[in-house]
Amino acid sequence: MNRELKRVSIVALVMFVTLLVSSTLIQFVQADALAADPRNSRTLYESYSVERGPILVDGDPIAYSTATDDFYRFQRTYANGPLYAPITGYIPVNGEATGLERSLNDYLSGQSSSQFFDQLNRLISGQDPVGASVEVAIDKVAQQAAWDALGDYTGAVVVTEPETGRILAMVTKPTFDPNSMTVHDGEQVQATYEGLLADPGDPLFNRATGGDMNPPGSVFKLVVTAAALESGRYTPDSTFPNPGEFTLPGSTSVVRNSGGGTCGGGATVTLADALRLSCNIPFAELGIELGDNAIRDQAEKFGFDHEFLIPTGTEPSTYPQGLDDAQTALSAFGQGSVRATPLQMALVSAAIANDGIVMNPNLVDQITAPDFTPLEEFEASEFGRAISESTADTMVQMMVNGVENGAASNARIDGVSVAGKTGTAENGEDDPYTLWFTGFAPADDPQYAITVLVEDGGGLGQEGYGNLIAAPIAKQVLEAVLNK
Amino acid sequence: MTDESARSRSASNGAVTTAGDGGTPARPATPPSGIRRIRMPQKLRNLEFWLLIVACVINAAAIVLVQLGALGRVDTQLVLLGAGLSVLVFGLHISMRFVARDADPFLLPIATVLNGLGIAMIYRIDIAEGDAGWDSAAVRQIAWSAIAIICAIATIFVIRNHRVLFRYTYLAGLVAIILLILPLVPGLGQSRGGAQVWIGFGDIATFQPGEIAKIALAVFFAGYLVRNRDSLSMVGRKFLGMRFPRGRDLGPLLIVWALSMSVIVFQRDLGTALLYFGLFLVMLYVATSRLSWVVLGLSLFLAGAIIASQTLDYVGNRFANWLTPFSDERFNADPGGSYQLVQGLFGLANGGLIGTGWGQGRPDLTPVPQSDYIIASLGEELGLAGIFAILALYLLFVARGFRIGFAGQDDFGKLLGVGLAFVVALQVFIVVGGVTRVIPLTGLTTPFLAAGGSSLVANWIIVALLLRLSDTVRNHPRLVIDG
Repeated sequence: MNRELKRVSIVALVMFVTLLVSSTLIQFVQADALAADPRNSRTLYESYSVERGPILVDGDPIAYSTATDDFYRFQRTYANGPLYAPITGYIPVNGEATGLERSLNDYLSGQSSSQFFDQLNRLISGQDPVGASVEVAIDKVAQQAAWDALGDYTGAVVVTEPETGRILAMVTKPTFDPNSMTVHDGEQVQATYEGLLADPGDPLFNRATGGDMNPPGSVFKLVVTAAALESGRYTPDSTFPNPGEFTLPGSTSVVRNSGGGTCGGGATVTLADALRLSCNIPFAELGIELGDNAIRDQAEKFGFDHEFLIPTGTEPSTYPQGLDDAQTALSAFGQGSVRATPLQMALVSAAIANDGIVMNPNLVDQITAPDFTPLEEFEASEFGRAISESTADTMVQMMVNGVENGAASNARIDGVSVAGKTGTAENGEDDPYTLWFTGFAPADDPQYAITVLVEDGGGLGQEGYGNLIAAPIAKQVLEAVLNK
Repeated sequence: MTDESARSRSASNGAVTTAGDGGTPARPATPPSGIRRIRMPQKLRNLEFWLLIVACVINAAAIVLVQLGALGRVDTQLVLLGAGLSVLVFGLHISMRFVARDADPFLLPIATVLNGLGIAMIYRIDIAEGDAGWDSAAVRQIAWSAIAIICAIATIFVIRNHRVLFRYTYLAGLVAIILLILPLVPGLGQSRGGAQVWIGFGDIATFQPGEIAKIALAVFFAGYLVRNRDSLSMVGRKFLGMRFPRGRDLGPLLIVWALSMSVIVFQRDLGTALLYFGLFLVMLYVATSRLSWVVLGLSLFLAGAIIASQTLDYVGNRFANWLTPFSDERFNADPGGSYQLVQGLFGLANGGLIGTGWGQGRPDLTPVPQSDYIIASLGEELGLAGIFAILALYLLFVARGFRIGFAGQDDFGKLLGVGLAFVVALQVFIVVGGVTRVIPLTGLTTPFLAAGGSSLVANWIIVALLLRLSDTVRNHPRLVIDG
């Protein structure tokens, strides 16, 4: 009997060793992965039970935590919530956080690895943990001016600093108040969230970096012009046939210039005039000659098909794959399946303004520990060179002409040289247009790159166009920041 | 120090010695050669006394730490209730000084500390859920602990010699069957969480008779196997290099298998079925020393479990949750999804190596954190270190039970001791293994820790029986070394 007993004891021992191993696997080996699971509400609660660090604009908090007596211990409040909603995002008591609250959660909640010794110190000394504060790059004046200028339109405004990629303003409308998402009542938060989701205006979209992706229309001609000049086979004076109608190859569809007729008269038209007057037919012809691969390569050098982390995630703008000549012709004036965000178009303008170099866009200047030691300082970083310096110089001049005596005339500012390009993109046959402006100022020493997006034709259906609605918004914002 | 206090101290020392001696005749100072040295009985009880003091201090500290961690203040009411339990435990200890002087000194302190840690965690979850007074599961758990310990004291007094149980082998079998059928009686049985394993009238005094049945089954199996081991050991045909039992001896195995399968089908309780069947197989193996029984039995059970997982939804869900708990489909399935399993894993992960500390974690996010999932709750607040300590306590408890098997004189006692110890080990394995994804999750209580009256009563009776068995072993010095 004792031999069997010995074996049974070994079986029992093996059972217990198995349990020791399995619990070690969960509590030690897989612990971090389990904590990172988005369904793990404990992680969220943990991040609530510390005094979250503030998010600051020019030293003033736009998001901050105050102590409460309830289960969650701290209330998150957003000063001027709707204005800064696309930047801060929110952190609800249930569900997932968004914006910087999500992407910088580790720092804000004091859990980042660079705060490890601080955590240890506080654990030993019995102090409650405190999160780090985040200073954003946003310029108060630019943000407020963009908010005011966009008015009640559905759309977005992005302002960046060409030399550094710092995002100085990011406004999207319609928007919402993130304070409504941080009340300490899960059911109320859920109801608010579902209400916002069901809202036909889609206030949860950040139209500056994503949302319903829009065709860029004529602002994409900047990318095609860049591709042409970079190929070495074209100059601003290269000419194209100038018919009043252009039938797409292999189809019966006809392309017209906006407003109909030829491009400024004459049998041929130069590339410079085609861009200045924003004509479609010359660009359709140029697109076919360049081919879709050349255009895509150029687009990707500007940042298309790349998800920029600012550090919040953004929606990549896209240039489609495998196009035939007809589709390539459409894509050359930003129609077809081309989709772009205002942030992406701001990168295109900023690169032209910055001697051809694309800087990584970035919302955050500095992250500081509660004891004021800097944890992270963001330095300007290059995404890459999109175009040569000479191409950039040429394009600055072409864009200045577009504002001074071309299709972007409503962006003119007295005493300041503005470079710009408008866009009026078609969506469906009867759908309202999407209106664009992208540019920078001053053209001789670019300080601000701006992109304006207005959806739904600015309320005018197919009557609205970029120069009518988007260009004046850009002008108003640029005036505000230049007069600071 | 004055002379008077010195005198009273020596007087009290004398009293302890007398009680410990219990009037036994003095033993020789050095044991005769050839006989194992036997420790003096009062030393065993004195060791138990000090271990019990340690256990009670740990338990009181746990409750106070829960209050400091979760309430931020000390509430004396529950500490006093816990002190009441300590008095009962010491009552059991003093009873043993009279009727089980040579019993194992580790079993009672281990059971006490596990019981106390369970109460502290249940209390902690009461605080999180805002339950107090008679709504409080902790208060009910303390009341049930008191009943359970009184049952253990009664067992120690009533069963002076475990061989009495041998006489009632078949009665024990009948009792086990009745207890198992009770929850299926209309009007008496109750279903909770899908399993039909409770009895009760309305909401009051619900009871899980299957917990008591496992003791009756252990007694029955031990008695039956000792009586019939010879025929069961006979070998029949050789197959695949192993001698298998004769066809006509398969009856008992098939009956127990059928019993387990009907528990799966009718009571919808996978864990209990596994527990009973595993218990039977181990006792059968120890009694007959035929590995072929185990092979045969395991194959039968696996076949049954696989068929059940294909035909019974609840079994199929358990298997799917076990294999892919993190898939959104399983996580969001309701009922029968992996939400609880995954929440338990999140809780354990949140605890990490050293835990969040009493009252500092969020075990209440996991469904039933005080009963089926108490081990995950403890793992969250006490960490991997706490889980290791608890498993070590169980392992020590089980080892003390096996020791009876090794050292016992009569086969019935040996088998019963092994059976009772193994049933605790298997139950811990099924519950903790289910929570930590070693096996599919099944609803069983964690012995001594989990909230639940029937489980406490059953496990404290097991403690009493093991104490009784160990007392018999030590009471009769072994002259014959092996059988």
